[in-house]
Amino acid sequence: MSDSTRKVQGVLAEFSGPKELTEAAHKLREAGYSRFELHSPFPISGLAHAAGEKRSYVSFVAGVAAFLGISAGLTMQVWMNGVDYPLVVSGKPFVSIQAFVPIIFALGVLLAAFASVLSLLVFMRWRYHFPTFSSNNFPRFSDDAFFAYIEAQDPKFDAQSSREFLERAGGQRVEVLVGP
Amino acid sequence: MQFNPKTYRLDNTASLGRAFLLIGILGLAIGCVGLITDPVRFFRSYLVAEVFWISLGIGALFFVLMHHLTGSVWSVVVRRIPEAMTATLMIMAVAFIPVLIGLHDLYPWSHPEAATEHAIAAKSSYLNPPFFIFRTVIYFGAMIWMAGALHRASLRQDRESHGDHQRISRSISARSVVPFAFICSFAAFDWLMSLTPSWYSTIFGVAFFCGAAVGALSLITLTAIFLHHRGVLKREITGEHYYDLGKLIFAFVIMWTYMSFSQYMLIWYANIPEEVAWYQQRSGSWLPLSLLLPVGHFIVPFVALMAQSAKRNLTVLTLVSLWLLVVHWLNLYWYVLPNFSRTIDLSWMDAALTVGLGGLFIWWFWRRLTAQALIPVGDPHLEESVNFVSEY
Repeated sequence: MSDSTRKVQGVLAEFSGPKELTEAAHKLREAGYSRFELHSPFPISGLAHAAGEKRSYVSFVAGVAAFLGISAGLTMQVWMNGVDYPLVVSGKPFVSIQAFVPIIFALGVLLAAFASVLSLLVFMRWRYHFPTFSSNNFPRFSDDAFFAYIEAQDPKFDAQSSREFLERAGGQRVEVLVGP
Repeated sequence: MQFNPKTYRLDNTASLGRAFLLIGILGLAIGCVGLITDPVRFFRSYLVAEVFWISLGIGALFFVLMHHLTGSVWSVVVRRIPEAMTATLMIMAVAFIPVLIGLHDLYPWSHPEAATEHAIAAKSSYLNPPFFIFRTVIYFGAMIWMAGALHRASLRQDRESHGDHQRISRSISARSVVPFAFICSFAAFDWLMSLTPSWYSTIFGVAFFCGAAVGALSLITLTAIFLHHRGVLKREITGEHYYDLGKLIFAFVIMWTYMSFSQYMLIWYANIPEEVAWYQQRSGSWLPLSLLLPVGHFIVPFVALMAQSAKRNLTVLTLVSLWLLVVHWLNLYWYVLPNFSRTIDLSWMDAALTVGLGGLFIWWFWRRLTAQALIPVGDPHLEESVNFVSEY
């Protein structure tokens, strides 16, 4: 397949530091871009704010799951030790909430953790391969480089002008990424 | 009271300070009537009030130490509040003298017949009046030194543009933080745990420390909100900073619960007579208060502060902080009084002495706070701190 028939996926630009990336995020928003990604090796305070990131729903899902875990842990132990198989443990009553707390707590945390990861994947629409991986420069996002990436799905996207825009914003090694 | 936006100082604040001093003297004067009518009960109330106000100074010192150690930027704008709060340790050191006078009324190990009880006699090389006084002097001396050194470095930073004050503060904090942890623990062992000398719990000091941190953070938040409502530092201390203060309160509420529950569950499960006796003292007539603590010191603030928006809401923060100061006091009351009384024992002296020492505490705190710029104007991270955005 020749290059001309392969679809343009987006434009990737490297920035020299966290401050430059935050500025670029501001400029992207001001210019009206809505579908772009920012990559950094470490969390940058203020970056999500600069990018206009909305509140994530992951914490709500985790909260509901934690509540379910707590209820399940309590119900399970009350039923097991109090009803199904009453067993005297060191002379304590069959239903001893004090002894149940660690397991209630652990189950709450466990379900919340599972729900966080799963809901994250769901909110990402199960996408685990991104066009950015086709860039040879991109793996450095987890090492020492800062990237901004504009997706072709952005209504304002145009391979030529978006490329120039990122260059003007201070981006280096700007690449137009194409994919199948 | 007038705010000078150029120097970041409050002017004409003496009248408010005097009002608190008056409240303090009045409260103590009324409380001292109890010294004549019922001296034994007086010392119990006094110990609760004294440890309550000391704990706020200790928690504030912890805040300052952590600020320098972590090099955090967000807390630069609020730092002056805990710095001024640590100055009250000096007042509270003087105010500790009545506890030493009442030593024989408070601490059973100081009685001569303690030597006949094996479990207490075995501890007599540690629990004896001279060594107790010596340790208390060391605790106060060390904490006042730490607080003073950090406060002075911070004030010097305002005046002098040269010199690396941040590095100096960090180095003081690094050397102080481990001794501070030991002081917290051992002060709690000495002042509170040894009221029932046969009982012991290694986690008790950490639980006390967590309560102190909750109390101090609540008072820091309340002070910032008080200034905010007077139109002071409105631009400097923003919702972002309140959000972080709320998060810290939330975290320490959970940590207090973790420590207190760990102590309770292990003792309940092992069911060893000498350990479980302490919780036996706190059942019966004391049970309602014992059950109020997990609800009031954990569930209420936990639910109230759970949402992100709640931690940014000044009304919610004010109510939760006030509530936490009350439960923190109740927690200390619950540590002290059941050691002496089988039935719930509230006295007018509790209120009078807590308000009295509180008047002195706030008088001195306010004096020190207003004697300086309300934010560290010489801190190189000040602007970064003002514009700080918190997101997680």
